[in-house]
Amino acid sequence: MVESGISSTLEAIAEHPKEFVPTIITAACVTICGGTGCRVYGSEDVCQAFRRELSRLNLDGKVDISVKTTGCHGFCEQGPLVVIRPQEIMYAHVRPKDVSEIITKTIFGDEVVERLLYTDPHTGKAILKETEVPFYKHQKRVILDLNGLIDPFDIDEYIEAGGYNALEIVLNERSPEEVIDEIKHSGLRGRGGAGFPTGIKWELCRRQPDHVKYIICNADEGDPGAYMDRSIMEGNPHRVLEGMIIGAYAIGARQGYVYIRNEYPLAVSHLRQAMDQARDRGFLGKNILNSGFDLNISIKLGSGAFVCGEETALMASIEGRIGEPRPRPPYPSESGLWGHPTNINNVKSWASIPIIIKRGADWFAKIGTEHSKGTMIFSLVGNICNTGLVEVPLGISMRELIFDIGGGIPNGKRFKAAQVGGPSGGCIPAECLDVKIDYDSLTSLGAIMGSGGLVVADEDTCMVDFARYFMDFTQEESCGKCVPCRVGTKAMLATLERICAGQGRAGDIEYLEELGQEIKKSSLCGLGQTAPNPVLSTLRYFRDEYEAHIYADTCPAKVCKGLITYSVIPQKCTGCMVCLRNCPVSAISGAKKEIHFIDADKCNRCGTCMSLCKFDAIVVN
Amino acid sequence: MDARVSDLYTIIKSEAASKGALIDILEKIQGRYRYLPPEALLLASAWLDIPLSRIYSVATFYNAFSLVPKGKHCISVCMGTACHVRGSPRILDRLKTQLGIEAGETTRNCLFTLETVNCLGACALGPIIVADGEYAGQMTLQRTDRLLKHLKRTDASHG
Amino acid sequence: MIRLTINGTDFAVAEGRTILEVCRENGIDVPTLCYHPALKPYGACRLCVVEILGDQRPSRLVASCTYPCQEGIRVKTHSRVVIKNRRLTAELLLAGAYETPDIVALATELGVKEPRYKLPKADSCVLCGLCVRACHEIVGISAISMTNRGISKQVSTPYSGASASCIACGTCVLLCPTGRLSLSDVSGPHLTKHSFTHYRPFYCQLCDDTAQIPSNGRSGTG
Repeated sequence: MVESGISSTLEAIAEHPKEFVPTIITAACVTICGGTGCRVYGSEDVCQAFRRELSRLNLDGKVDISVKTTGCHGFCEQGPLVVIRPQEIMYAHVRPKDVSEIITKTIFGDEVVERLLYTDPHTGKAILKETEVPFYKHQKRVILDLNGLIDPFDIDEYIEAGGYNALEIVLNERSPEEVIDEIKHSGLRGRGGAGFPTGIKWELCRRQPDHVKYIICNADEGDPGAYMDRSIMEGNPHRVLEGMIIGAYAIGARQGYVYIRNEYPLAVSHLRQAMDQARDRGFLGKNILNSGFDLNISIKLGSGAFVCGEETALMASIEGRIGEPRPRPPYPSESGLWGHPTNINNVKSWASIPIIIKRGADWFAKIGTEHSKGTMIFSLVGNICNTGLVEVPLGISMRELIFDIGGGIPNGKRFKAAQVGGPSGGCIPAECLDVKIDYDSLTSLGAIMGSGGLVVADEDTCMVDFARYFMDFTQEESCGKCVPCRVGTKAMLATLERICAGQGRAGDIEYLEELGQEIKKSSLCGLGQTAPNPVLSTLRYFRDEYEAHIYADTCPAKVCKGLITYSVIPQKCTGCMVCLRNCPVSAISGAKKEIHFIDADKCNRCGTCMSLCKFDAIVVN
Repeated sequence: MDARVSDLYTIIKSEAASKGALIDILEKIQGRYRYLPPEALLLASAWLDIPLSRIYSVATFYNAFSLVPKGKHCISVCMGTACHVRGSPRILDRLKTQLGIEAGETTRNCLFTLETVNCLGACALGPIIVADGEYAGQMTLQRTDRLLKHLKRTDASHG
Repeated sequence: MIRLTINGTDFAVAEGRTILEVCRENGIDVPTLCYHPALKPYGACRLCVVEILGDQRPSRLVASCTYPCQEGIRVKTHSRVVIKNRRLTAELLLAGAYETPDIVALATELGVKEPRYKLPKADSCVLCGLCVRACHEIVGISAISMTNRGISKQVSTPYSGASASCIACGTCVLLCPTGRLSLSDVSGPHLTKHSFTHYRPFYCQLCDDTAQIPSNGRSGTG
């Protein structure tokens, strides 16, 4: 069975061939990616161009084809992406000026526009179908299956593709306890990072005697480099809503909140629209589908605090207070919002619910490993060829993810490490590339699954600087309540900064290890408890780099400003004076057609000169 | 009532009914005035019956709120991991030098506010700058200079 | 009743007690800084950490001031793991408060002399929150609060100006463990405001005697 971009729906069709095949798959359609990435590349202009040109060229209506903007297709590196259906022909880097040619050749005719096809850099061959592209071929798109197919603004398309069917099944045929059993049986673990079994969490909340309960969707995706949740909210908000409504029914909640970052205005507006539409159709509000079950969902915007991704801080924020976490127990399922039992789940967890109900817990539990069921969505970013969003079955190897799907490292560089779990996670070095990615295997390597952000570092990355970057982030986002996190992370950061500046001392490594271990043990919340992870993890696998900084006064990757110098290669310098004129500290001397010279004392290592030199005449040592 | 006071009254009263509305109210005020004027906090305290110190606490905790007016043009540099490995610190340095301010500050003529943001989620286009809500991707030093020039020009043309 | 073991001794306690409360009642000395019996536990200083031994899971450290007594748990208040962690917390406290006698004494008692890391500026406020919490929970005025975030967190009045609500009761000064707060006569007789129409009287949780507080709601000696 070919794993395609719409694998979940195709499998469903294969299993029930006599069922009505949704026209969403078979209809002639131009689907243009409308995710933020492609938008910045100008995909909206491409969409306008298609609409304009089609109405101009298709006056006699000889071809019946629709044009729509969908959610993020995932292959962000190749945007703007356009897929012509039902042929599934994928065109990359499409510009408005390409549109009339695509219409004439591919839509009216039977030809392909060769230059717009994706070319596999390893084979050199152009690939026709989206499902054949290696990036998509190795994925298993279950949660993201509709992202490239439906218009997120059109509830009818979601319904046509099977949406809200799971809700109907639940309200008509299942009791809340049966729903909870199904979710427990599926083995779904919280996709926000901690990986707590979702079904058990729901059960704990349901068991509480309080008749006022809440559900919350944590869409405060704050990990730098992670944008999975945003793409789901933008591309298929109805699925998240459907999952929340089912969950509220199972738990017994009548009010829900979606807590979403204010840095995601597009996702917020798509969600608002979706909620209005759901209400109009009776999927939300009073007496949902005549079942007697009521649910109201409100949106709460984040206000720029990463710590509010932590569940107790998130609840404090909803209550209008500062985002300071509070000690647990009691856990939110016992005492949460305003003291009432509250169930909080991540966007991906909620989006998994309708799929589990429709396809069954058995089907879901067949995917993944023994203790980590289902698929996981990762954002592949950093030094990787195929930057984008991927969905893979848990248990896939890191090697397959990075090289088969990710396309390997650009510019012929070597893979050095992959940071999983963002600022709370750890790095996986080259020697661990064959690890099967699941919750437990990552924990044993010193990393965490996190929310799915996967940052790839190549040989030119300094791992000490990398760790320093994450510590800097965590330090700034600490709420400041408890001593180990507030002062401890500052102490760790100050030490890392000294090391990166070339002022590392003997004892620094041991100090970082001691601090890290103790901060993990006694911090009040998850932010502090995981803040030392990037440092401890890089110390575990790249201790030699730390030692080089401290004892050998070198930065092996030539990144740390305090340990590098920029210099001009006399043989290559043409005396063009570009670097000289752009140096912010006037550290370069020389005249036209004369070899330039960089004064190491004045140089602030900003790297401007090297990035501007057209002759590769400036190097860093 | 003074125009600003009646405007604030409308904003506060419209949300006052819902639970935990303080942050929603502050967000609306921040959106309207580009900062939280002191009278806004005082009025919110009076009309919502929340001690002023608590509101001040919230206003200073969250990055989204500013107690001083922000510049006309807001430039945010994404410092997410992906942008970082693609060179965003260099872009930030360039802007700092050109504008003469640190991240989080506003130029003296109130024209530009420079900020950093932790991941906008458009990682394939790194390094990214958001200027006045518009995303600009794959920034280089030259592109940064051009962007600044463009912003200054739009201002000059409006006198 | 809940049965638990602390340092090898069995205890049977009523529901709703924290580990620290049980320790205090039984003479087990667990150091604290941000804890006060009259205030809701805050859990910020982390000095009161104790070790809960696990059967199936590894042992973990929890703040005893906030952790509830649970059936069957085995607690150690002075194990090697606990002492090591407490010592580091004290060292981190000293990072800012290295010139504050009370904190230096606390650190010395826990075995810390010189902090390996010092914050750029000495500050005797350790952000225990006792002043803010008392002003809010006991006095009911909330004249001061925690402002900013992270390492810049500080106790302050709004806009760091003179407070319009402070009644100069001195509770914050009384509770401050480092002597950072002081009360001084600024302009002759104190001016206190008498317009607290919603001011509910609080009773003292220590001596549980409502008669001590005047019925017009003013506390302290002004």
